[in-house]
Amino acid sequence: MKALTIQKQAIAGTIESSDVQIIIDQNPGKGIEIELKSSLEKQYGRRIREVIEETLANLGVKEAKLVVEDRGALDCTIKARTIAVVHRSAGITENYDWEGIEAWNV
Amino acid sequence: MVRNKIGREIPERYAKQYGVFEGAWARKPNYKRAAAKVSTIYPGESKLLSSIREAIEKTGLKDGMTISFHHHFREGDYVMNLVMDEIDKMGVKNLSIAPSSIANIHEPLIDYIKKGVVTNITSSGLRDKLGSEISKGLMENPVVIRSHGGRARAIESGDIHIDVAFLGAPSSDEYGNANGSHGNAICGSLGYARIDAKYADKVVIITDNLVPYPNTPISIPQTDVDYIVVIDSIGDPNGIAKGATRFTKNPKELLIAKYANQVIVNSPYFKDGFSFQTGSGGSALAVARYLKEDMIKKNVKASFALGGITQQMVELLDEGLVEKLLDVQSFDREAGQSIKENENHYEIDAAMYASPASKSPVVSKLDVVILSALELDTDFNVNVIVGSDGMIRGASGGHSDTAAASKMSIIVTPLIRGRISTILDKVNTVVTPGESVDVVVTEVGICINPLRQDLIEHFKDLPIPQYTIQELKNKAYEIAGTPDPIEYDDKIVALIEYRDGSLIDVVRKVKE
Amino acid sequence: MERLRRAMMFLPASNPGMLRDAYIYGADSIMFDLEDSVSLKEKDTSRFLVYQAVKTLDYGDTETVVRINSLDAGGRDDIQAMVRAGIDVIRLPKTETAQDIIEIEEIIEEVERQCGREVGSTKMMAAIESAVGVLNAVDIAKASDRLIGIALGAEDYVTNLHTKRSPEGQELYFARSMILHAARAAGIAALDTVYSDVNNEEGLRKEVEIIKQLGFDGKSVINPRQIPIVNDVFTPTEAEIENAKNVIHAIEEAKAKGSGVIALNGKMIDKPIVQRAKRVLMLAEAANLYRKGEV
Repeated sequence: MKALTIQKQAIAGTIESSDVQIIIDQNPGKGIEIELKSSLEKQYGRRIREVIEETLANLGVKEAKLVVEDRGALDCTIKARTIAVVHRSAGITENYDWEGIEAWNV
Repeated sequence: MVRNKIGREIPERYAKQYGVFEGAWARKPNYKRAAAKVSTIYPGESKLLSSIREAIEKTGLKDGMTISFHHHFREGDYVMNLVMDEIDKMGVKNLSIAPSSIANIHEPLIDYIKKGVVTNITSSGLRDKLGSEISKGLMENPVVIRSHGGRARAIESGDIHIDVAFLGAPSSDEYGNANGSHGNAICGSLGYARIDAKYADKVVIITDNLVPYPNTPISIPQTDVDYIVVIDSIGDPNGIAKGATRFTKNPKELLIAKYANQVIVNSPYFKDGFSFQTGSGGSALAVARYLKEDMIKKNVKASFALGGITQQMVELLDEGLVEKLLDVQSFDREAGQSIKENENHYEIDAAMYASPASKSPVVSKLDVVILSALELDTDFNVNVIVGSDGMIRGASGGHSDTAAASKMSIIVTPLIRGRISTILDKVNTVVTPGESVDVVVTEVGICINPLRQDLIEHFKDLPIPQYTIQELKNKAYEIAGTPDPIEYDDKIVALIEYRDGSLIDVVRKVKE
Repeated sequence: MERLRRAMMFLPASNPGMLRDAYIYGADSIMFDLEDSVSLKEKDTSRFLVYQAVKTLDYGDTETVVRINSLDAGGRDDIQAMVRAGIDVIRLPKTETAQDIIEIEEIIEEVERQCGREVGSTKMMAAIESAVGVLNAVDIAKASDRLIGIALGAEDYVTNLHTKRSPEGQELYFARSMILHAARAAGIAALDTVYSDVNNEEGLRKEVEIIKQLGFDGKSVINPRQIPIVNDVFTPTEAEIENAKNVIHAIEEAKAKGSGVIALNGKMIDKPIVQRAKRVLMLAEAANLYRKGEV
């Protein structure tokens, strides 16, 4: 799909149980930086970062700073929140490139 | 390292000292019971002292001794903190404490450990802050975790020798006849404390309700008591029930309870005169409600209910669905009230409840027990002590005692909590061995231990989805993903004693 | 044979915890709501959430339904996401005319073609929530082959009628009867509205008994605790099950004998009796009171 660019700070998700809240912002010249808070850091910290990084890569995001507060979200929730926050930050609110998303999201 | 029967690695020195777990029924005690030192009191002498400090002095408490407390007040207990504060002020060091359990309210222990006042602990459990501090390596010597029956056994056999027991009592007379059911702050049964009173060299009753002699009923008799101290308040009765007896509206817990009830009602044990025990968690309490409906519908009455007694059990007694309650610990005010008013609600001590070294504990007569779990593995081993992050936060309680001795033990647990699978390849820590676990009940269905072919055959037409433990684990992992294992250092922070005194597992320090 | 739709559980699409656990409570269908229970500013996040959940999680035999927004409020993206995710049924809110159905169907078909799903594989359901909708129920029910059912949405409907809901529900008799007749005429399911007082189990039971007697296939529920009650009301009695078994047994015997006329206890068994017997056994099977093939 056409690469998305982080244009402004955006937020998606909540801090309720089983959810994850992601705040994303620009990060010029510094690649992807993830600051993760999770009570499951030891068991799932590695996986949470991996899901976010993969999703960002699929959306074509190469530079972004993320503050992530995890409350035990499943992979599919983390992925959904990442896709949503990137679209919000890129200023896309309708007529999403579903075909593009579907191409990598299997 | 020595590997015990269930494959847990026990360091050589502890293996030598305690022996390792070789099976739930590998040790059949044949021994001479330990006994307390006794100094008698003559007519005219007073047992009443003016302060906790005076009591500590009179008992001759010295560095290196072992003291004990009971946890009948649970989160409402003031006694342990008051006594420890005084001991600290007096400069006594290097104590071993042997309370029947430790609650969140006992967090000040962290400081006493840091100051060297407390250097050894044995307890049923450790709660959040103290538990995680200990898991991070707060103490040099490992905490010894014992089940309620295991603690009674350790005291009876002399593995734990209590020099001084400080026992809070909701009512006492000037000679120390004490009970838990009369007074301002009632806790009901004094089942755990009665063992301490019998076996400790010095016994101090701490009460906020001194009543005229003779105080009855007598849970702790004057023959075991050295001193009595009256203070303003021994505990907050609201703290007793904290977190334990809420009736759940959580649909997942209700579903689990419903399945568990179906297992009980359709089991070979559900008939007139059966006996059971339920825990105090959300699902376990809900089981009691469903069970009640079926007992009425099918006209089945129980001979007794055992254990930590809750309001739900009291209702069953009052409505004639259960003949007797045998109560080692009352979990709420209603239970405390009932033990006072209903002669069929009977107090028993910890050894009678569950000690494998008594001539026979009540758990041996138990048909069905419902238990919870923090983690369960594909060998059915259960962890109720260590959180999924490796930190100690639970209690052994009567888990392994009832699971081993009952005819059918049922573990009720959600398949997943938050994102954490309850069913794992290997639990972080084993408290109850898989051989004692018969049925696992989750929100997606049940699993019967293959060791119980009789139950598998019996339940083959039960209209609840049935899985193997491996299938349940796979289901959970499919949803939650495979967790990375917790990394531990070599340092041992706790020893998990099986009820027979052998080591079933150890807890290691969590890697920072 | 058609499937059972006794309880259809509503859940807000914005809540990840509920999306995960929805399938365990014994609802025949679960409906993720992108419409009224999701605030305007969380339409996008909720849509991605359900999209990802339906793609990833295993809902087993449970029918998955999504209630989409109107086309001017993100409905087009809802359809895109849900068809691609492989949802079983797309439910339209506030349906007033057959044209509403046709419009949505066109978009669904377009997306099915785009993403390579079989055309027609995504089913549809319509919720009727106004007087106009009720009066057009027959046309609505016949508007598309994709329709598997129509449902009454009573909250908006009673407001539209200038009344409110009562425990007896006489204000809903006309709508319920219309919807039921329309559904039967079109050969699809009829589903009743929610019962919103989750703590009133007796009230719910009574209402389910009423709509079952009217002929409805099932009811929408808003809390898992309501599911066992709905299922229980729809569970046939032992006598009904016995009778149904006898009917099926008689058919099989007649078949074996090559006899054209089927009789049970001296009475002719005709098609409606057979149909009813089959449905009774299906309901009994769902309640674990009967095993397929056992007669």
